[in-house]
Amino acid sequence: MVKSPLRERKVPKRNGEILGFVHSTESFGAVDGPGIRFVAFMQGCNMRCQFCHNPDTWKKNVGTEMTTDELLEKALPFRQFWGDKGGITLSGGEILLQIEFATELFTKCKKLGINTCLDTCGQPFTRRQPWFDKFQRLMDVTDILLVDIKHINSDEHRKLTGYRNENILDMCQYLSDIGKPVWIRHVLIPERTDFDNYLTELGDYIKTLKNVKKVEVLPYHTMGVHKYHEMGIKYKLEGIEPPTSDRVANAEKLLHIEDYKGYLDWPS
Amino acid sequence: MKQMERETSQKAWDEFKGGQWQSEIDIRDFIQQNYHQYNGDESFLEGPTENTKVLNDELTKLKLEERAAGGVLDADTKVVSTITSHGPGYLDKDREKIVGLQTDKPMKKALMPFGGIRMAAEALKSYGFEIDPETTHIFTDITKSHNQGVFDAYTPEVRRARHYKIVTGLPDAYGRGRLVGDFPRVALYGIDRLVQAKLNDLDNYGDQEMTDEVIQMREEISEQIRALNQIKEMAASYGFDISKPATNAEEAIQWLYFGYLAAIKQQNGAAMSIGRIDTFIDIYLERDLKRGLLTETEAQELVDQFTMKLRMVSFIRTPEYNSLFSGNPIWATLSLAGMGLDGEHHVTKTAYRFLNTLSNMGAAPEPNITLLWSQKLPETFKRYAASVSVESSTIQYENDDLMLKQWGTDYYAIACCVSAQPVADGIQYFGARANLAKTVLYAINGGKDEIGAAQVGPAYAPITSEYIDYDEFMQKFDAMLDWLADVYVNALNTIHYMHDKYYYESAQLALKDTRLDRTFATGISGLSVAADSISAIKYGHVKAIRDENGIAVDFKADNDFPKYGNNDERADEIAVWLVKSLFTKMNRHHLYRGSKLSTSVLTITSNVVYGKNTGTTPDGRKKGEPFAPGANPAYGAEQNGALASLLSVAKIPYKYATDGISNTFAVTPTTLGHDPKLQEDTLVNMINGYMKNNGHHLNINVFKRDTLLDAQKHPEKYPTLTIRVSGYCVYFADLTKEQQDDVISRTFHETM
Repeated sequence: MVKSPLRERKVPKRNGEILGFVHSTESFGAVDGPGIRFVAFMQGCNMRCQFCHNPDTWKKNVGTEMTTDELLEKALPFRQFWGDKGGITLSGGEILLQIEFATELFTKCKKLGINTCLDTCGQPFTRRQPWFDKFQRLMDVTDILLVDIKHINSDEHRKLTGYRNENILDMCQYLSDIGKPVWIRHVLIPERTDFDNYLTELGDYIKTLKNVKKVEVLPYHTMGVHKYHEMGIKYKLEGIEPPTSDRVANAEKLLHIEDYKGYLDWPS
Repeated sequence: MKQMERETSQKAWDEFKGGQWQSEIDIRDFIQQNYHQYNGDESFLEGPTENTKVLNDELTKLKLEERAAGGVLDADTKVVSTITSHGPGYLDKDREKIVGLQTDKPMKKALMPFGGIRMAAEALKSYGFEIDPETTHIFTDITKSHNQGVFDAYTPEVRRARHYKIVTGLPDAYGRGRLVGDFPRVALYGIDRLVQAKLNDLDNYGDQEMTDEVIQMREEISEQIRALNQIKEMAASYGFDISKPATNAEEAIQWLYFGYLAAIKQQNGAAMSIGRIDTFIDIYLERDLKRGLLTETEAQELVDQFTMKLRMVSFIRTPEYNSLFSGNPIWATLSLAGMGLDGEHHVTKTAYRFLNTLSNMGAAPEPNITLLWSQKLPETFKRYAASVSVESSTIQYENDDLMLKQWGTDYYAIACCVSAQPVADGIQYFGARANLAKTVLYAINGGKDEIGAAQVGPAYAPITSEYIDYDEFMQKFDAMLDWLADVYVNALNTIHYMHDKYYYESAQLALKDTRLDRTFATGISGLSVAADSISAIKYGHVKAIRDENGIAVDFKADNDFPKYGNNDERADEIAVWLVKSLFTKMNRHHLYRGSKLSTSVLTITSNVVYGKNTGTTPDGRKKGEPFAPGANPAYGAEQNGALASLLSVAKIPYKYATDGISNTFAVTPTTLGHDPKLQEDTLVNMINGYMKNNGHHLNINVFKRDTLLDAQKHPEKYPTLTIRVSGYCVYFADLTKEQQDDVISRTFHETM
């Protein structure tokens, strides 16, 4: 079946230069990809994950407008901390909603020899054109991706985030096919994702991918809840406590995290 | 006789590669000719022996008893501590590989009145002991102490500045410390050879013109020779003849330790560093291992038990002293690794062995382990050190690339908390610190102290307008800084004159070259408060709120202003300017014995006391609130993350602050990474990055705030929890409540 081309979003520009909407930046990101990384959290996300600890990044086209040069200029003073693994991570929000900005920034990074990492949930992914071409171009300048799989079961994924997961798993498949290194991350939430059957299923699924350097279980935490109250949004996980360390260990076992050690010698 | 001597030396020096060190006293050359680089990882390391474990348990028990008893179990109240004052003391003679205590009993504090008899008496009294009246009589009516000498000469102005704490912590009632003896000399040469060399120096000092300088030096050399003979006598009381060179590793470590023991029996210096001995000891250990005289377990046992001795060093101090330097630190600073001038690294197995003591005997504040960090150190070693930091938060890192260039020798050691000193021929006159934050207030208030309105500084015209004009302020601040430099240097010149006269460090200086390069150490506290305050005045449109005496007691900034700690040039350049400016002003002065000026941005835990004695400042800091420690940005000022903060501090030029720019960094483990390997990676890259940007010093603490809160509530659960504070390491339980609160409230770098 031939799908019709997607309607193109207008790319925001200032004096002909692509603009990104930046929520915030962090100079010392040590858990946002390999090594020490400068992390730009970009504004805008379609998903409404019940556990999201950054609901303030949901809204699109707000935040600090920056050109790729401006963002680079903010990141470069920290270059000497990056070593041979670290670099720049674009995170969100959902970074793939600002794919042109990401591609331009990472193209410049690659010219400067800077390692690039994309932290995405994959929700905008599609093989429809012209989007898929854009994604392929972005992959050419992306060294590694952090991919969050929110739920392995599509119905449950929809309940948890508002979207089904078929295209997200398709992105994982595509990245596996082209051999692009990824870290898979999964947030462990009691009563939502912390079920042995789903975890087993997710573990089996990840086993089918050929590009996984690391699998991480991220225990759900409540540190972002105050933002919901401040923003006047109902928090749907009220009353759910972080998982116990036993359950975290259980999830790590079911996801076979010990089998994914590729991150240790990456890049090699 | 000559023939025999040569034979002993030859036996002791068997298998060592010869060189200049044989004909001259030259430890650096000996190390250079003989050290064994190690490029492997930590897998060779061995655990503690049974004897070490038993001794360590015994020591831990005693330390906890001491803490429970309020800080002192036993103290000498009569016998004045000298190199030979006490008979031998043991922890458990049959199990001890390395012996020697400050007094005849473990944990028994020595009586050290030469720095100040009143201080010594007060220290005893605060722990429920009474000084023997005869001793008081001798030091009060018959002879005098350093402290008396200083106060006989202090000007009223200096006394006022001291009383109002614009200068604080001056070594005018205790030993100044900060002299690293070249302790390996005892082991490599034996005492007799060292005496011979000093006799030769005495013969050749001065050209027969008896100037003050020549007389003073000749008397000092004679004192040194006397001290050397006393070291020999002390060692003999433990059953060792150290007149000749050590013949094996056990002897070498023991001989070296006797040198250090003499120093701490004679001096209660603020810092009593052990120096840079890792490569030296390693040469002896490797020779014995090669000869089959030692196993790795036995080599580790020697290092463990030697380190245990360093953990036992202690002085009795007054409560006022403890509030400045909390937790009874003595800075037995141990410098490890670093690079040679030839570009070869000095990582040996013994650097690993010293780090391994932390896992063999648990974390402890002493020795103050300092890793001399170079970009070129082997990765495996860097990673191992980082793993120790994650585990125990006991290491400080200092920029070897920077210090090597500055000092021009690879045989320097950290002499106090963070400052470098050439071991063979460098000394430093320790000079505490001046309060820049208070100086800002004095500039505004016309030299009147903001707490109580006394006229302490010169009575210049105060600023009287409601809003503080930047140009007017800078003019007045400049004048006040001139005054501060004057009064501070005058105080220090007095102190060091008297210290040489009444409390000369003959033991440490006997183990250094006779002709010395001297530095005149000064220090700065309240750098971030002063920088942010000036930034507030410049960019924030600051209004002063005055009390009935016309003293500005509160401030209000109408606008946001840049703060030091965000890699924002506008604020950072003020901090840099402050350091350069005070340095330049002090440098116009005569400095004692031709010494060269240096300064530091380092507070120890005194940031709390300085803050307590300083009124509200224009940056928004309230009266009594602690300063940030060392060169750290102010609490809450850092808005751009950990690395931006590091970059700001790295801008303070080491060239001006060669006594050290201390940065204390706290981070939660999960912020560094989700597994140990990644945490090590992060730390290594972080330190590399900081040092590439010319950062000088970094304390690394890895723990959660919750752990500290729990440790404050339940100290019994965390008897040996150690943390790094500005320039040293301390048991958390030994900090005052205020200092614990300060550490807890400090910036923790964490991610969600």
